[in-house]
Amino acid sequence: MTKVVTDVVCPFCGTLCDDLAITVSDDGKQIIDCQNACAIGAEKFLHTSAGHGRITRPRKRQPDGSYKEITYDEAIEYTAQMLAKAKKTLWYGWASTSCEAMAVGHKVAEKAGTMVDNCATVCHGSSLLAIQDVGVPSCTLGEVKNRADRVVFWGCNPAHAHPRHMSRYSIFPRGFFTTKGHKGRKIIVVDCRYTDTAKCADEFIQIDQSYDYEVLDAFRTVARGHDIPDVVGGVPKEKIIKAVETLKEGRFGVIFFGMGLTHTLGRNHNIDIAINLTRDLNDFTKFSIVAMRGHWNVTGSGQVLSWQYGFPYCVDLTRRTHARYQPGDTSSVDLLRRKEVDACICIASDIGAHFPIEATRHMAQIPSVCIDPHINLTTEISDVHIPVALVGVEVAGCAYRMDNVPMACRKVVDPPEGMLTDEELLEKVYVRLCEIMGDS
Amino acid sequence: MKTVTITMKNVPDLYLEGDMITPDQFAGKTNEEIAALRTYEGRETYCLGDNFEISGDAVGATPAETKIIVKGDCTKVKYIGMNMTAGEVVVEGSCDMYTGGWMKGGKLHVKGNVDSFSGLGMEGGEFTVDGNAGNFIGASYRGDWRGMQGGVLRVKGNVGSDIGTFMNGGTLIVEGNADVHIGTHAEGGTIIIKGNANRRIGGQMVKGTIYVYGDITYMMPGFQYTKDVELEVDGDKAVFAEYIGDLGERHSKSKGQVVYGKIYRKK
Ligand code: SF4
Repeated sequence: MTKVVTDVVCPFCGTLCDDLAITVSDDGKQIIDCQNACAIGAEKFLHTSAGHGRITRPRKRQPDGSYKEITYDEAIEYTAQMLAKAKKTLWYGWASTSCEAMAVGHKVAEKAGTMVDNCATVCHGSSLLAIQDVGVPSCTLGEVKNRADRVVFWGCNPAHAHPRHMSRYSIFPRGFFTTKGHKGRKIIVVDCRYTDTAKCADEFIQIDQSYDYEVLDAFRTVARGHDIPDVVGGVPKEKIIKAVETLKEGRFGVIFFGMGLTHTLGRNHNIDIAINLTRDLNDFTKFSIVAMRGHWNVTGSGQVLSWQYGFPYCVDLTRRTHARYQPGDTSSVDLLRRKEVDACICIASDIGAHFPIEATRHMAQIPSVCIDPHINLTTEISDVHIPVALVGVEVAGCAYRMDNVPMACRKVVDPPEGMLTDEELLEKVYVRLCEIMGDS
Repeated sequence: MKTVTITMKNVPDLYLEGDMITPDQFAGKTNEEIAALRTYEGRETYCLGDNFEISGDAVGATPAETKIIVKGDCTKVKYIGMNMTAGEVVVEGSCDMYTGGWMKGGKLHVKGNVDSFSGLGMEGGEFTVDGNAGNFIGASYRGDWRGMQGGVLRVKGNVGSDIGTFMNGGTLIVEGNADVHIGTHAEGGTIIIKGNANRRIGGQMVKGTIYVYGDITYMMPGFQYTKDVELEVDGDKAVFAEYIGDLGERHSKSKGQVVYGKIYRKK
């Protein structure tokens, strides 16, 4: 008899849908079906049983470029020796593992005096900078579902990146005060191209690429009752005035924003002016702003780092006595690009797929370890690849949703025989590192 | 004033944190004591003498009487002149990030280029860069609402983006061109760009003054033209078009009048 595990949290995107039903085989080893998830979420569960090139033991790169299987003990030895020897190790990733594993990893990082950075550095790090500069009036997705009647998507495309966001929270659901669902909401999409999300919008505002800051400034200027030029960033004045009126007339509004703001010209300033627009709109009605965080637990990494060191990413632990922070200096891409680190560990993320080529190239030239359940672009340029069990599918753990709500991810099947989890692996690295480094 | 010269002999593998290269740290010390000052490279600690040759007469008894000349390749040295309060530092070549960060007094002269975050949160003194400078010059530390607060920071070449963010005092002069985001969130102080300025000048500016001699690629929609005025700026007399803003931002009142940030564009 198969059994169905309910209320499973999907460990794929920052929406962290918590209503999945997974059918597993008798012996608890195979996933047979996945219900309620979107296509990408379902794939995360189903591929584990399909045996898609999953490797179950660490591998070490040989002089001829090929990889040879090694034992976990050998991989742990290599990692600990590398950490003990390097003057400055970059430890990047964390976004696809549990908060519990992060806490163990940070213990190792503190001992070795490394840099600790997560995917926010190439994603919503600029949002975090803006929040540090001007604060943030935010809310949970539950509030959006139950209250929001004005929803703005600025520079984000949930139809592709967070497929169930619109149906669970932001556009379609009926909630306590939003009994009419989609009909009761006014949706405004601002983007430089007509996206699939824009197809659901009541108002689509197409702006010239990288003119977000100027257009947001125009929104603020209009909200304060001043005049603006006839066209700003390709948008006619009348359209901006009408949009501001629509937002002011709502009872509860929310702005969702994504990479279109965080990684176009100006970066953090685009977010800080969007936050300030949200603040301005609170003079007229209730307004909130929420970042569309990408990786399922990138928010959790920010939470754990902030809780432990006071900074959400780009944390410099080299002084050991205190943490330091300055994106631009302590950020992964800059550290690699400037050749400022002499070793690198990539965990639960993919440098090879996400970083600029000059940064990736330096990573390939220094001693490196990649800890990831799968083969990815980074494992193929790392000296050692250590596969681990898949968190959220084969291991339980805590993760934070994009609105900073913690969720308990469940274990639905066993990992392949003899595979270590992130936590177990990192604990073993810690023990070995302490033996090598002593009390230093 | 007594002069001590430090010359780079071993360029660090990674980057060296040289925040002790200030008259404040050197004053009253023998050359041996200066050589023993602690530096950092990654997590490892070293002595200044491991990387630099120290020569010259013994330094002055106080920072104000101390002059430091830095020679050799210092492109991998951060924090030179950080927190200095008096005296003089001359860097013969280029150096890295945070040069003159949180500087409070004295003179700092870099004959080459400096990288980002130089003059961060500067409070006083004179800081001159003969070459180019990176991003966040005279800006604030992340999350701090106090950017440059005093002193004069002059860059003779070009600068990158985000200069004078959250600036609320002092004068920042760029003789070349500047990239995007100039004086964002400024609450005071003066920025003079003698070359061209890219976009986003004075965004969310509350107070303060920005002069631009060259072109502005795109004006912020929150700024409004008021009148033409004749002014003398850094020794140059000219007619400027005055704009007030950022009208999208909050503004306080002084003697019943709303106080705006101002952009002066040379005609
Ligand atoms: S929207 Fe995101 S969290 Fe929800 S099922 Fe799809 S991938 Fe998983």
